[in-house]
Amino acid sequence: MYNKIFDRKVDDIGLQTGIDRLTPEKIEKTVNEVFSGETGAKLKVYHDTCVRCGLCASACHYYVSHDNDPSYSPAGKVTQTISILLDKKGKVGPDFIYQCAQIAYTECNLCRRCVHYCPLGIDTGYMMSVVRRICHKLGVTPQYLQDTAHSHSATMNQMWVKDDEWTDSLLWQEEEARDEFPDMRIPLDKDGADVYYSVIGPEPKFRTHLIYQAGAILHEAGVNWTMPSMPGWDNSDMAMYSGDFEMMGRLKRIHFESAQKLHSKKIVMGECGHAFRSVYDQGNRWLGWKDYPVEVVHSIEFFAHLLKTGKIKMAEKFPGPVTIHDPCNVIRGRGLMNELRYVVSEICESYIEMQPNAEHNFCCAAGGGVINCGPPFKNVRMDGNRAKADQLRAAAEQGVKTVIAPCHNCHGGLEDIIEHYELGLDLKFLGDIIYANMVKTKAVEE
Amino acid sequence: MQNTNGWNWEPGRRKETFSDCEQGSEWLEEWHVSPDGEKVACVACTAPAEFAMCVNGKLGETVYEKIICPRFDQDGKLAAYVSQDMEWFVYVDGETWEEGYGFAWDLKSAGGHVATAVQQDMRYGMAVDGKLWDNLFENGNNFCLSPDGSRTAAAVQVEPMGQAEIYKFQDGVFSLAVDGEAIGDLVMNVYNPTFSPDSKSVACEVRTSLYEYSIAVDGKKWGTSYNGVWAPAFNPVSGAVVAPVRIGGKWGLAENNNIIWQPKYTQLWKQRFTAQGDIWAVCSPSYGEFTLVKNDAPWSVSAAVVYDVAVSPDGQRAAAVARGHDRRYKVMIDNKFWPGSFEMIWRPVFSADSANCAARVDMGSKQTIMVNGKAFGEEFDQCFEPAFSPDSSKVLIKARNGKEYIRIVADVSEFK
Repeated sequence: MYNKIFDRKVDDIGLQTGIDRLTPEKIEKTVNEVFSGETGAKLKVYHDTCVRCGLCASACHYYVSHDNDPSYSPAGKVTQTISILLDKKGKVGPDFIYQCAQIAYTECNLCRRCVHYCPLGIDTGYMMSVVRRICHKLGVTPQYLQDTAHSHSATMNQMWVKDDEWTDSLLWQEEEARDEFPDMRIPLDKDGADVYYSVIGPEPKFRTHLIYQAGAILHEAGVNWTMPSMPGWDNSDMAMYSGDFEMMGRLKRIHFESAQKLHSKKIVMGECGHAFRSVYDQGNRWLGWKDYPVEVVHSIEFFAHLLKTGKIKMAEKFPGPVTIHDPCNVIRGRGLMNELRYVVSEICESYIEMQPNAEHNFCCAAGGGVINCGPPFKNVRMDGNRAKADQLRAAAEQGVKTVIAPCHNCHGGLEDIIEHYELGLDLKFLGDIIYANMVKTKAVEE
Repeated sequence: MQNTNGWNWEPGRRKETFSDCEQGSEWLEEWHVSPDGEKVACVACTAPAEFAMCVNGKLGETVYEKIICPRFDQDGKLAAYVSQDMEWFVYVDGETWEEGYGFAWDLKSAGGHVATAVQQDMRYGMAVDGKLWDNLFENGNNFCLSPDGSRTAAAVQVEPMGQAEIYKFQDGVFSLAVDGEAIGDLVMNVYNPTFSPDSKSVACEVRTSLYEYSIAVDGKKWGTSYNGVWAPAFNPVSGAVVAPVRIGGKWGLAENNNIIWQPKYTQLWKQRFTAQGDIWAVCSPSYGEFTLVKNDAPWSVSAAVVYDVAVSPDGQRAAAVARGHDRRYKVMIDNKFWPGSFEMIWRPVFSADSANCAARVDMGSKQTIMVNGKAFGEEFDQCFEPAFSPDSSKVLIKARNGKEYIRIVADVSEFK
């Protein structure tokens, strides 16, 4: 009965092999262990309070993009997953766990837009996280997401970057940068620096130019900064999204302790969203820290500071109009919408707001670990985010040619959306524009 | 405990400018000061893509393509990594090891030995004083050197693995390697190997499934799995292995797989033994509050964050860096705080008689040294780690003001 409407199963080795190993007894035991030991009153209140008013539905890009199919609504996803686990007290079969996993891992980005639309303040994202936690403890996780979690556990970064490869990448970028800035350094293990700069795994692996750009900006601004030569440099956290909270805690511990070891006054994080949530909201708290143990600043805030204090000046502004994509975890999660607009207004000639925007913005559909679920679920993201394509197309029709998105996952998701829906837009990080157009007093003349 | 015998403890101060290197360099990097304060070293860029080590103002004769991660060890040896002709070498006090590597990192030293993690031909292992492990591995991390500097250990990947082979990984491709030999079962993960005080045994964290963690000693796992463990430590008196373990969402302490501190802490880590066998650790008795705990008895004061623990030589006192809920740093000691809060504090240091404690503090733009909660009456651009004389009566202050290096031997009574 419970999976009657679930007609969109996607084949995934991780999910299938996972459920092949399950027994009803193991499912029941695990589900009830999580409910009794980890969720407490919070889950029960959220679940029991929902009156199925449906106001959350139009908040979800999956619902909107699937022509208002109620099975994609936040409340609908709850009723297809955790409601049944609660009602049946875990007495469900392996096929149902597959359904739960697919919905929670690939049809919800944990973007929490729905929370803004719930008159009762129910956090459906939290409930989907509980489903993921149960699936993790049952060993039913999408293959590629699990692979990134394994990478985290073995290397303390999400891209299987080995210890030597990390430092080698930094030295390579430093060497490249010295053609432009002859005395530029990426200071390694500098004790007592004002800023510890951390990035996510894909930067040394695929997007090394972002490290170059960050180095150039920090150098030009005269910031006293450092990067670590040892693990802890990766602030990202796919274990948080796979439901492996123990590994999430281990990752955040090494990240913060890396900065503590170097006595850095603050961590400045690159342009990533989910990692920000992991360090200031979830990983730190799992470890018992109410606050973060080292000051944490997102790039948006940091760039705003550099521009406000005149440490970075723009030689020319990027030709507009551009539009702004507000990443869920730093906007809804952290409230940096005004700082983001300040930075964009300082570095671009003009911008046109995407509609809806700021805390009401639609997610990129890549966050929440969904893009890390890999190729099997790419179409889930494409079909599930027609809403984003419509937003982008509307901006393009007003003359926008460039989208600014200060988040790695958003870049991955938006690149796919732009290509899939043939929108013909360029995508930029803030750092791309600042680096390219700032006054470079310390560079050699061309 | 730093051995400060034989250092110059003549009261007074010495100022030096070490300007020679500057004249022959495009830039100088950060200063590093030897424990006894007699040597000041930094990396000098002498020309594009040319670097030399500068010690007390004198440029080294050899020029390298790169020099990274210089530091003085507790014995006062200056070590760094240097690159030449696409190979990396270990530099120790002006000499480089004969053998070069594809890459080298994570310098360690103990007992007069220097060790490093090494990648050679995309295989991973360790080298001690220039001697490489006989076996290298697919990957390696969590490198460890024994207290006497004679033995090494690391987490190593024994089996190759293809892209996204999640079940092969879960079956176990990692192991503990000791002196280059993989020991024990293949597991998902190995973390934080640590040697016994006599360097004969090694314990580590192991992760045997997605959800099961335990401790392995010399390759043999404890019989119980936990849903979390942190780094183990050896009791120097009994030889027992003690590790924090997570049970039912709370942390306790297990010794040889028997619970000795009940799991009641929100957090418990960084346990360490005194010479007498007492256990100090950092704990969180309630969510968001951290403090120090001795033998399962937490202090009554707490802070938002506590780390960088120092235990006095007699084992009776402890001090740590605490970050308050106001995000300012304080010294937590003897179940209270020193007066004042700071932008940053470095690990406190005890005197040999355990009576005095010193710490380097940062006020924002200036730094100074505090002893027993009282500041030295002078501030500097930068301070380095303080040290006490063997009789505990004097404090060595090493500092920088601009380009001037200052070495001061002050009496404890001068801190007011």
